[in-house]
Amino acid sequence: MSRPRSQAEYLARLVPPSVAGINRRSLLAGAAGTGALLGTGLLAGCGDDSGSGGSSKDVSLGSNQSDPKPKDVVAKIADGFKTSSGVQVAVNTVDHNTFQENINNYLQGKPDDVFTWFAGYRMRFFASKGLAGDISDVWGKLSGYSDAFKKASTGDDGKQYFVPATYYPWAVFYRKSVWKQYGYEVPTTLDQFTALGARMKGDGLTPIAFADKDGWPAMGTFDILNLRINGYQFHIDLMAGKEAWTSDKVKKVFDTWAGLLPLHQPDSLGRTWQEAAQSLQQKKSGMYLLGLFVGQQFSNEEQDDLDFFTFPEIDPSIGAKALDAPIDGYMMARKPKNEDNARKLLEYLGSKDPADITVKNDPATLVANTGADVSGYTALQKKAAELVGSATEIAQFLDRDTRPDFASTVIIPAIQQFIKNPKDIGGLTSSIENQKKSIFTD
Amino acid sequence: MSDLPLIQADRAVPPPAATPTTGGRRRRLRLLSRTDRVVITLMVLVPLLLVTAFIWLPAAATVVLSATDWDGIGPLNEIDFVGARNYSDVVNIYPPFVPAIQNNLLWLAVLFLVATPFGMFLAVLLDKELKGSRFYQTALYLPVVLSLALIGFVWQLLYSRDQGLINAVFGSSIDWYGDSNVNIWAVMIASGWRHVGYIMLLYLAGLKGVDPSLREAAAVDGASESRTFFRVVFPVLRPINVIVLVVTVIESLRAFDLVWVVNKGRNGLELISALVTQNVVGEASRIGFGSALATIMLVVSLVFITIYLATVMRENRQ
Repeated sequence: MSRPRSQAEYLARLVPPSVAGINRRSLLAGAAGTGALLGTGLLAGCGDDSGSGGSSKDVSLGSNQSDPKPKDVVAKIADGFKTSSGVQVAVNTVDHNTFQENINNYLQGKPDDVFTWFAGYRMRFFASKGLAGDISDVWGKLSGYSDAFKKASTGDDGKQYFVPATYYPWAVFYRKSVWKQYGYEVPTTLDQFTALGARMKGDGLTPIAFADKDGWPAMGTFDILNLRINGYQFHIDLMAGKEAWTSDKVKKVFDTWAGLLPLHQPDSLGRTWQEAAQSLQQKKSGMYLLGLFVGQQFSNEEQDDLDFFTFPEIDPSIGAKALDAPIDGYMMARKPKNEDNARKLLEYLGSKDPADITVKNDPATLVANTGADVSGYTALQKKAAELVGSATEIAQFLDRDTRPDFASTVIIPAIQQFIKNPKDIGGLTSSIENQKKSIFTD
Repeated sequence: MSDLPLIQADRAVPPPAATPTTGGRRRRLRLLSRTDRVVITLMVLVPLLLVTAFIWLPAAATVVLSATDWDGIGPLNEIDFVGARNYSDVVNIYPPFVPAIQNNLLWLAVLFLVATPFGMFLAVLLDKELKGSRFYQTALYLPVVLSLALIGFVWQLLYSRDQGLINAVFGSSIDWYGDSNVNIWAVMIASGWRHVGYIMLLYLAGLKGVDPSLREAAAVDGASESRTFFRVVFPVLRPINVIVLVVTVIESLRAFDLVWVVNKGRNGLELISALVTQNVVGEASRIGFGSALATIMLVVSLVFITIYLATVMRENRQ
């Protein structure tokens, strides 16, 4: 479940997967035949199925970049690779959501040599299951990546399986003009943050815009509170199922959140993030914790009025240096038809040329390679890049840092339950823990 | 005006899919040429194979998989069996399960007790050949043609808390889709709106088939309008009533797309079908756990199917 990058994608994902593509049970019925159909027919339908192991002059790339702008960027990058190496890239683009929904079948079928994916637990999970290729040697030739990005590309066994391409941070966004009008200052501690919220209430604003109809936006709030209260390592261990949800540390996160809930926009469970972002845009709300994509709800003239700050410090010994910044990038299949070319392509993808192409063509995202020419960034992009650059640790967002079955079937209902009834934290955390034990035993 | 003897009136209209008695069929089979027999055999075998491959086998596989913890990754021979753990998890530690059962039953009750009678009422009204009845008919039937996913969009425009029509007109700030006490009713209205049109059409078709002489006879005997309907017309419509009953039960068990469009069947809109989808389809890939939910759904459906089949068989025997 990635963030919808555009209204079109958001609408497209409303179509139930059962309608949009595949019924998993048909896979069990038709076993191999259907499996082949899913693995290759659907995802690699337009790929090179020569079956002869491919010639030395081509390589396939499975891409989930189905929106016009990112798709165009991928095509330009493929051209760039052809120019630099003479190898033709066959790009198979699949709708973003479909790609994600079918990733298990895809990787077990006949995946493309190189495919798009996200950093985080899910990437490490595929690596540990042997569904992705080790590309540590490629990393030996890459430059321009900070340690945080290298860490985010590393599997459980200490080897690299992922090449970062783009990312965007989560932060607290606000409109400069509104803050100027009322004379608000950026808060640096939780107390200041709470006091600011109270002031906004007094000024007739909703302090914090908030929406959780689709279940994922509130995960961002949980993430940042847990990172601020308990630190990055605890957060990652909790996500990996190594820490107990019933611990006092987790309860403290929910307690703190319960204290902040009165400052949040009420009735969030019926509101989409777009509607919440519009309340910020219409100057009805003072701030909104969301990813950089919040800018989509602002017109071009208003972009300059949009600013952000990182969520303030809660515990001085932990500070405010960690944040959520989901990274998108590339991985290699376990047995690529064309391993040499796949490695060459990944090396190219990790170089600065594709990053330059991305900066020129797609203003909605940041590029991971620090060697890229970022003079084309908007002021907001520049600031976002600085924020992530100064981060000590980067989390990938809850649904990428933990098992997807746990995130979607346990955490989403649990957080919605918490928003409805913030009082019963004990019952809530023990319910999560019971389900976690059952899911993480596999 | 038909001149059939009135005695015919208290025999039900033959059911739409009337099958000749077995004796008759055997005699007719002997009259068939070999080609006909081959064609008939194929016509029975091919659908049988398809139904087996696409309905019975997957259903059986679902039941088997519900005893595993398979996550859809790895070969089939590496699946671990966990016995009834999935079922005990569903019942004991899975918070959405109980609301889902309740919502499914509520859905059935509302469609059956509210939407279905209302659909019948509209059909009776339209049967009166009012002025512009064509227009009403079309207007009421339109939602049935639209997919429920689209209906979800349409109602979203009315129900949205911040930007919806209802709150804008009434100046209220009710969170129609987000408040878990309200949203099931909001969705039910949207789903009922569609169901009413469906039932209306079925019923209208049935009413058109009622022999006018029956009504005339009732009128001659001095029965009032409503009495005529309940005592004469309604019993004659028995086959349609059975179809309406079955359609309603199936629709309420199948209810899925609307809640999925609204919020993926969470936060007060839990339905068994949505829970199955949440767990099985897509990245979550909890095949075992989702299959356990699907098996429970199968058992619930079987209860209704059994009741229906028992009724139909008893009728056929009479």
